[in-house]
Amino acid sequence: MKADMADRNVLAVVDLCKYYGSILAVDHVSFDVNLNEIVGLLGPNGAGKTTIINMILGVLQPTEGKIYIEGIDISTDRCKALERTNFAAVYAPLPGNLTVYENLMFFGLLYNVKDLKDKIEQAISLFELGRFRNTKCGVLSSGEQTRVGLAKALLSGPRLLLLDEPTASLDPANAREVRDRIRSFAKKEAVGLLWTSHNMVEVESVCDRVLFLSHGKILLEGNPRTLPQEYGMRNLEELFIAVAKEPLTIEDGS
Amino acid sequence: MKVRPRHVAAILLRQYYLMRGSPVRILPVVVWVAIDIILWGFISRYLSTVASSGFSFLAAFLGAIVFWDFFNRVMFGVSTAFLEDVWSRNFLNLFASPISVFEYLLGLVICSILTSLAGLLVMILLASIAFGWSFLAYGLAVLPFLLVLFLFGISLGILAISMVLRFGPPAEWLVWPIPALLSPFAAVFYPVSVLPTWMQYLARILPPTYVFESMRSIVSGTKSNPMDLLLAGVLALIYVLMACWFFGHVFRLVIREGHIARYNAETVS
Repeated sequence: MKADMADRNVLAVVDLCKYYGSILAVDHVSFDVNLNEIVGLLGPNGAGKTTIINMILGVLQPTEGKIYIEGIDISTDRCKALERTNFAAVYAPLPGNLTVYENLMFFGLLYNVKDLKDKIEQAISLFELGRFRNTKCGVLSSGEQTRVGLAKALLSGPRLLLLDEPTASLDPANAREVRDRIRSFAKKEAVGLLWTSHNMVEVESVCDRVLFLSHGKILLEGNPRTLPQEYGMRNLEELFIAVAKEPLTIEDGS
Repeated sequence: MKVRPRHVAAILLRQYYLMRGSPVRILPVVVWVAIDIILWGFISRYLSTVASSGFSFLAAFLGAIVFWDFFNRVMFGVSTAFLEDVWSRNFLNLFASPISVFEYLLGLVICSILTSLAGLLVMILLASIAFGWSFLAYGLAVLPFLLVLFLFGISLGILAISMVLRFGPPAEWLVWPIPALLSPFAAVFYPVSVLPTWMQYLARILPPTYVFESMRSIVSGTKSNPMDLLLAGVLALIYVLMACWFFGHVFRLVIREGHIARYNAETVS
């Protein structure tokens, strides 16, 4: 059973700490993400979500702790670990001076994608980007750029997918479609997802498990559909506000 | 050190796409070098008519400008390919991908080889056709000349991008004046002996100095010392190794301090 769990584990974050000078941004955080699981990383602005994502992406070195992607320690085998990872974030749009197709070719080569041209066609079709194929990304709307970013993130067939507010710039109809596509991708493919969002309705519908982060610490963890009741709240949004307002005093209501 | 060809190819392909999508990027490779050749070609021709020394200004000055521009193209070839990632705020996407620092640098260097050779070809053709200058007049010495200038250009290019990586996008403005700051010391158009003593000391640690001194020796018909070019080659190689070490050091520093994610949101100001 233990061996089976280990096989299913795509991300293991162990006792992660990050100091910026004397400021503690991430405080001894540990969690896992398993295959076919969508884990929501929630918390108010400045809670440490993006800092954790940057450390998992290898662009920020932890002060303490370890990150394993499919058992590979990112601090000792960065490239091998990152081959299994991909991400999309609203603050990291793809180069605006390349077209959609050129960007997907460029990143497809960087991620060593096999049958790259076929995979690009599939990604373009999945996110309905056909009419923008030869359009430079810089002139696309923010919603279209988000879809290109998601196409790049899924192109490499990652085992670990990090999505930092993936639907933040989409209208409700597009956001729902994108959510459905990603959810279906997560169930069909051998992938584990770490998802950050401030949209609690979205989190409730998408995530299998959530981690509430406050002041760099994981305060609560559980099923987003049952967690609010456990703490005497009506819904996830109420719980989020309680955590954001008085993060260190929230108590188990059960 | 493992090199995955597809990662290097990605950097080359990106540069190709950028040039194809915006042909104005080809202008610096072709137009500026052409202007330099025309300007220095006429200056050399004029000096040859007024001077009675019999010294070949055309061979000395045009040779100097061709080799100096080649060095400039190499350095800017590396730094411009890197700055494309600064300008398009692509640091986070790029460095969160599985490309290694060495593969990235190798991609930048190959981009630089291709653009600088294209520029060199334009200069040679133009100088030959318009002014009758011969690249082959320097004999086999052109090979070590080009190699030394290439290696030193690469080292300065890597040093320049290390500064941008360390201090952020606004440090781009430190990159452009580097060749101009070095040129008085590198004795491009005059012998080292005309420099004040303190400048001569600095000139002796710059590999291009030996190239331009040797070039002038060949033009004036005196024998150049092959050991000087060997010393220049060794110096240039040491600078390349130091620049690569420095880039690796700076990369580890920015990863430790979290600058990559911050630069992604920053632009040149």
